[in-house]
Amino acid sequence: MDAASASFCGRIREAAEAGQPLRLRGGGTKDFYGGIPDGEILDTRACAGIVSYEPSELVVSVRCGTPLAELESALRANGQMLAFEPPHFGAGATLGGCVAAGLSGPRRAAAGALRDFVLGVRIVDGRGRLLSFGGRVMKNVAGYDVSRLLAGSLGTLGVLVEVSLKVLPRPVAECTLQLEMPQPRAIEAMNRWAGLPLPVSATAWQDGVLAVRLSGAPSALLEAAKRLGGERTEGEATEQFWEGIREQTARFFAGPDPLWRLSVPPAVPPLELAGTQLIEWNGALRWARTSAPPTEVRAAASRVGGYAALFRGADRSAGVFSALSPALARLHRELKAVFDPAGILNRGRLYAEN
Amino acid sequence: MGEALPAAQVNVERQRAVVAALREFLPERSVLWHEEETRPYECDGLTAYRHVPMVVALPDTEQQVQRVLQTCHAMNVPVVPRGAGTGLSGGALPLGDGVLLSMAKFMRVVRIDPVARVAVVQPGVRNAAISDVVAPFGLYYAPDPSSQIACSIGGNVAENSGGVHCLKYGLTVHNVLRVRGYTVDGAPIEFGSEALDTPGYDLLALVIGSEGLLAVITEVTVKLLPKPQCARVIMASFDDVEKAGNAVAAVIAAGILPAGLEMMDKPATHAVEEFVHAGYDLEAVAILLCESDGSPEEVDDEIARMKAVLEASGATRLSVSRDEADRLRFWSGRKAAFGAMGRISPDYYCMDGTIPRKRLGEVLTFIAQMEKKYGLRCPNVFHAGDGNLHPLILFDANDPDQLTRTEQFAAEVLEKCIAVGGTITGEHGVGVEKIDQMCVQFGSEELEVFHAVKRAFDPKGLLNPGKAVPALSRCAEFGRMHVRGGKLPHPELPRF
Repeated sequence: MDAASASFCGRIREAAEAGQPLRLRGGGTKDFYGGIPDGEILDTRACAGIVSYEPSELVVSVRCGTPLAELESALRANGQMLAFEPPHFGAGATLGGCVAAGLSGPRRAAAGALRDFVLGVRIVDGRGRLLSFGGRVMKNVAGYDVSRLLAGSLGTLGVLVEVSLKVLPRPVAECTLQLEMPQPRAIEAMNRWAGLPLPVSATAWQDGVLAVRLSGAPSALLEAAKRLGGERTEGEATEQFWEGIREQTARFFAGPDPLWRLSVPPAVPPLELAGTQLIEWNGALRWARTSAPPTEVRAAASRVGGYAALFRGADRSAGVFSALSPALARLHRELKAVFDPAGILNRGRLYAEN
Repeated sequence: MGEALPAAQVNVERQRAVVAALREFLPERSVLWHEEETRPYECDGLTAYRHVPMVVALPDTEQQVQRVLQTCHAMNVPVVPRGAGTGLSGGALPLGDGVLLSMAKFMRVVRIDPVARVAVVQPGVRNAAISDVVAPFGLYYAPDPSSQIACSIGGNVAENSGGVHCLKYGLTVHNVLRVRGYTVDGAPIEFGSEALDTPGYDLLALVIGSEGLLAVITEVTVKLLPKPQCARVIMASFDDVEKAGNAVAAVIAAGILPAGLEMMDKPATHAVEEFVHAGYDLEAVAILLCESDGSPEEVDDEIARMKAVLEASGATRLSVSRDEADRLRFWSGRKAAFGAMGRISPDYYCMDGTIPRKRLGEVLTFIAQMEKKYGLRCPNVFHAGDGNLHPLILFDANDPDQLTRTEQFAAEVLEKCIAVGGTITGEHGVGVEKIDQMCVQFGSEELEVFHAVKRAFDPKGLLNPGKAVPALSRCAEFGRMHVRGGKLPHPELPRF
């Protein structure tokens, strides 16, 4: 066992015996996300570095404290990328925090979610056990898929010591089309195009303009751009635009109203909520800046079979995520008890009892 | 293997009680217990293991499924769910004291939403039938296991099935949005949703590939993709397996993500060529099938790039499909590989290990050594793009010695896969077949976690017991028989 893992094991074992809650933290760039963290900080940043990376295997294994930026530049140097385009939300973002938060960026609807790219994990669970699940190969169905269970679990089940991810080649070319259209037509267009063999890799609608990113062979882009129309940008302008959506530096995300993240079936019509909205993922992700009361926002999502999470800028004490059905809530409690029977890891970060 | 048992002595009183309890709500035709009716269910696609089930239940409705589970739970009767019975790891092997729950009657496509690109189907719907029924909308369901004309989506969910297009389009877990069903006590449960992200832990990922141990699925929402405008495939010949393996790495290193990337060795191409006349190069030591899909312009570009890489990697012959008929012919050999083995050997045993691609040469050399050691032939087909090997050991099950040699051969190959950093199963599941190798792949703490996860869903251990995850006592026993390099696996376990 390496020194960093051993120190996690020791620290967690002591904390579990003492019933001392621990707050797992990398760069702290996602402190705003989820329930209010509780306990002494366990800093993951000492456990850093790319353990193995072989571009022709399309797999990279990374320690949790590795800066996300460092990983992405190593991949970029080999013409590869994390296809789920995870948001950093700050300079210090680490890979461990990225996987624990489970958030994906603009390419998610086309390429898949963060959890789709998780191949294996090494964790230290709440009993201080160093455990290994999954592996470094593309296909692996031996044992339950605990690796993907850990993705997005917000550090409530264990410290992600090391994660193996599938990586993909960067597209040869990209461009962005801007098309003026009102929200209902944009939702309809995004869904229609997603059902056609077009190289659409991201969509974002805001303020009467639908942006569509195309990725792939230059010939395919040319043809699709001709078909879809709109104003076309390339190169740095395209990169900056999608960076603004991914990192939430675009103008929409500024302002005093709370920011809600609504995950809904993609083709549902515009949600009736006060304030403004930005739509991604062919309609499946709707960001709302609204001062509407939480019950109203949650009702707007659940009416259409979706879920609302309070993302930024309001009181988190009443809970951040949509409530689970009693049957799912029971399974969450049971699984928490499997990995963290003392209930010390990131207590309250996901739900009050997780 | 070697567990082809005669019908075990059935506890007749118990059987009568279970049948009576099920008949309270199931019609006569939906409860089978006479041996001539239950015998056809004695095995799945892994025919070397057989058990006649005590009772077979064939419910029609979700409510009946719920009541079967409630009844069995109350009576402490184990339940084994079964889809189309095509599984290759014995995941649906019945229990002599259990109820086999067949989902074969759940054949309905519930809803197709071409705009949101989803289909809601019952678990007994065949994999290929989904793509057929959504084809008028220009859509399809991507995972395509070789058994796709027969296997059902419920079984695909249980096994997290793959296919020949996984590298680009993923496995079942990447293409299913939601499942609905019941836990073992008959409580309704739903994982995932038609929204892409659901709150809380990703239980959908946990349930997919859980081999029927965590829940019984009664409805599945799958993701549909637009059918690519066109696809073409290159067939490349190599005079050396290692060169072919390096060519695969070179294609990927060139930034190309082929829609399909398959390898077959010479014994495999010879076996299938005789059977389907796919036009394979019989001189080649290995052939690669390398597919590109997309718009016609895109495919032309990519095919040109792939050809250049394959040529530079030492391909001795290249041919590109000119039309769809050509393309299907190139693939026909690969898809018929298992059937072809059935023609040249009384039985074959298909392995499913996955390895890092760069270790391919080493593993194939090892398999060749094992052929000599055990005196059995073993052609290889290989999902080269994602490192998933399917070596096929040819044997005659009527010869008990061959059966034993096959079993040992397979065990050595699977353990080699683990040793090079791979896994014992890429897409077929552990079932009963690879349960001992789970003791080699995982430590006892990980296995303990798996058992604890199982208990969270099924405290009494009644749903498909004895599959997928070995009891720790079994690993201790297996370890005793299996000392490697002087080191006992699971040294902390008591021996007996």
